[in-house]
Amino acid sequence: MDHVDINRLKTGEVNLGTSIMAVQFEGGVVIGADSRTTTGSYIANRVTDKLTYVHDRIYCCRSGSAADTQAVADIVHYALQMYSQTAGEPPTVHHAASVFQKLCYENKDQLTAGIIVAGWDKEVGPSVYNIPLGGGLFRQPWAIGGSGSTYVYGYCDATYRDGWGRDECINFVKNTLALAMSRDGSSGGVIRMCVITEEKVERLFVPGDELPRFWEGREVLGEAVPKKQPVGEAGIGLVPMAVEA
Amino acid sequence: MTSIGTGYDLSASTYSPDGRIFQVEYANKAVENSGTAIGLRVKDGVVLAVEKLVHSKLLVPGVNRRIQTVDRHIGLATAGLLADGRHLANRARDEAASFRDQYRQPPPLKQIADRLGLYVQAYTLYSSVRPFGISTILGAVDKTGPALYVVEPSGVFHGYHGAAVGKGRQLAKTELEKLKLSELTTREAVKEAARIIYLVHEDAKEKEFELEMSWVGDETNGIHLPVPKDLQTAAEQAAKAALETFE
Amino acid sequence: MDHFPTNWGRPRNDAYDPYGTYPIAHRPNNGPKDAFADAVQRTQQPIVTGTSVLAIKYKDGIMMAADNLASYGSLARFKDIQRLQPVGAHTVIGAGGDMSDFQYIQLMLDELIIDEFSAQDGHTLGPAEVHEYLAQVMYARRSKMNPLWNSILVGGVKDGKRFLAYVDLLGTTYSASTLATGYGAYIAQPLLRTAVEGKEDILTEEEAYKILEQSMRVLYYRDARTIDKYQVATVTEKGVYISESRRLDTNWSFAEGIRGYGAQTQ
Repeated sequence: MDHVDINRLKTGEVNLGTSIMAVQFEGGVVIGADSRTTTGSYIANRVTDKLTYVHDRIYCCRSGSAADTQAVADIVHYALQMYSQTAGEPPTVHHAASVFQKLCYENKDQLTAGIIVAGWDKEVGPSVYNIPLGGGLFRQPWAIGGSGSTYVYGYCDATYRDGWGRDECINFVKNTLALAMSRDGSSGGVIRMCVITEEKVERLFVPGDELPRFWEGREVLGEAVPKKQPVGEAGIGLVPMAVEA
Repeated sequence: MTSIGTGYDLSASTYSPDGRIFQVEYANKAVENSGTAIGLRVKDGVVLAVEKLVHSKLLVPGVNRRIQTVDRHIGLATAGLLADGRHLANRARDEAASFRDQYRQPPPLKQIADRLGLYVQAYTLYSSVRPFGISTILGAVDKTGPALYVVEPSGVFHGYHGAAVGKGRQLAKTELEKLKLSELTTREAVKEAARIIYLVHEDAKEKEFELEMSWVGDETNGIHLPVPKDLQTAAEQAAKAALETFE
Repeated sequence: MDHFPTNWGRPRNDAYDPYGTYPIAHRPNNGPKDAFADAVQRTQQPIVTGTSVLAIKYKDGIMMAADNLASYGSLARFKDIQRLQPVGAHTVIGAGGDMSDFQYIQLMLDELIIDEFSAQDGHTLGPAEVHEYLAQVMYARRSKMNPLWNSILVGGVKDGKRFLAYVDLLGTTYSASTLATGYGAYIAQPLLRTAVEGKEDILTEEEAYKILEQSMRVLYYRDARTIDKYQVATVTEKGVYISESRRLDTNWSFAEGIRGYGAQTQ
């Protein structure tokens, strides 16, 4: 049998060149993601849902290879179902994150997966865990991930405050993702968000034509005409046509 | 034991016509012949105590411990066959390590008791093995607070406020029932435990014994440790004094 | 029609090119590969990384320092990571390199410590034992072509003896009264040697701390993968103590008057 070169396969793969995010607040967490899936520069899906259910109050945001992260999320989903049925109680977010971490660490050679795990449990309340490429596990009050995140670290550091409520967190996620999507070619489409609290999981949606807008450069056409020389005032300021000798 | 000698007691894989497994009942006999072991689940922790009968004056004091450590926060005391106790403690350590590996957190005692129960029960199913000749008291402070379980030779396990197994269990249970366990501190419980072990030993006075005690709780920072020497000595003196007034 | 005779009679490799879209000249070589074609490439690369760790011996024991940063390439990704970890009651380890591998090492050592604790045999592991164990693990992993990508300092005090040693992803070990990993080996180690060597039994805790603080400051000036937030671990006969995070005082005021890069004066 011929040897299959994993890296050759991976170059042609569907990628979630993504912007994903999660923030915890007093009563829960807000998670969010863009909706673009690309193969190279072609948008394979413009309305992807990257917010993935793994248990009733635990979701993950996926970035990296679509195939890898779906496979990992499916395994964790299965593991958490098995746990809640046998233990008779829902798993903690830390437990879910540990299962993700184990899979990502032990298979780091074949996986391309950057995952944020977030949710609510009765032991510690809301929590957010980041599992970046090598398979480490890091708890954070807020986390960003995917290719788009590199453009917005500064914005997040400057904007985030401890002690925010639900609505402030939603706005933070919405604005951060909109900024990331506007600068990262591999992110775009719509913003999907979830608010996970003890009571429920609430889905929020921002369509692609209603994203928050920020500075986008000056209007190119408006500047084409020099300001000091208004058109129409006879003779003054108009560039003369070539005069024949 | 009317059915003894009828042939139904030779194998753990054979029921007697009235639905009993004699090998398991004999295993309980092995427990009943052993020095008493007790466990007290109190306000801020758990105390384990064992009446270790010393069968030879030539033995070095302190050897053949019957209280063992399973994990940082879990202690285990056995009554019955000593070697079975050590085997089961090893199994408990493996289970605790496997739980930590899977869930990245200290195992709750209930999980360990559950897994040990399954393990012990498997030895009641086959003709090629003998059931465990021990009852095991498990004590810990976990995320649910102080916890105390007993695993029997049949594989069943129950949670307790106070537990007693071995020769003197009846008297020990009567004494435990007199205590307000959920109001006691571990420090107070150590004294009560020593007193009870000394009391139940009265019936087997012809034999020497060593009192083995361990505790886990706020006093030990949630870690299962032997009771410190000074406290142990004080508890033993108080126990001896109490014995004289008890008569 | 395939004009390359070496490809004749062999199946096309569908795994790469299901629709035959390759230009003919670029047909993949389906012929037998060399003897190592089926070998597995496992040596990874570090991804989320920590930088230098410094440690010195002093009068009462050993002192170790590391900053709180875990980098992602040049991105300062996690700024509140602890890279110093107590192991048992007499030892501290500090790690640079891949942080996921360091977390794995922490889990492994925790299991080891629990095994030793539950034996209740009156013995505990000291820094020398922890270091030897780590060295064996690190060397075994590099020999499987799958190293744990770290350089680690192990320090501690047990039975009145100070211990300080190094181990890295290759299983290399050495010991000295001052040690530094990563950039620290180039920049801080000379400073530490001048400050400590010959004075191991004289230096007080305050003096030892001053030496490490100064070295951390120089590293902050010259290593592009540091932040000015760090922790210090002290191990003495009394046990392991790891400080809260501290902020480095740094000096930049001299830069205000600098003009141009040569003859320029304004």
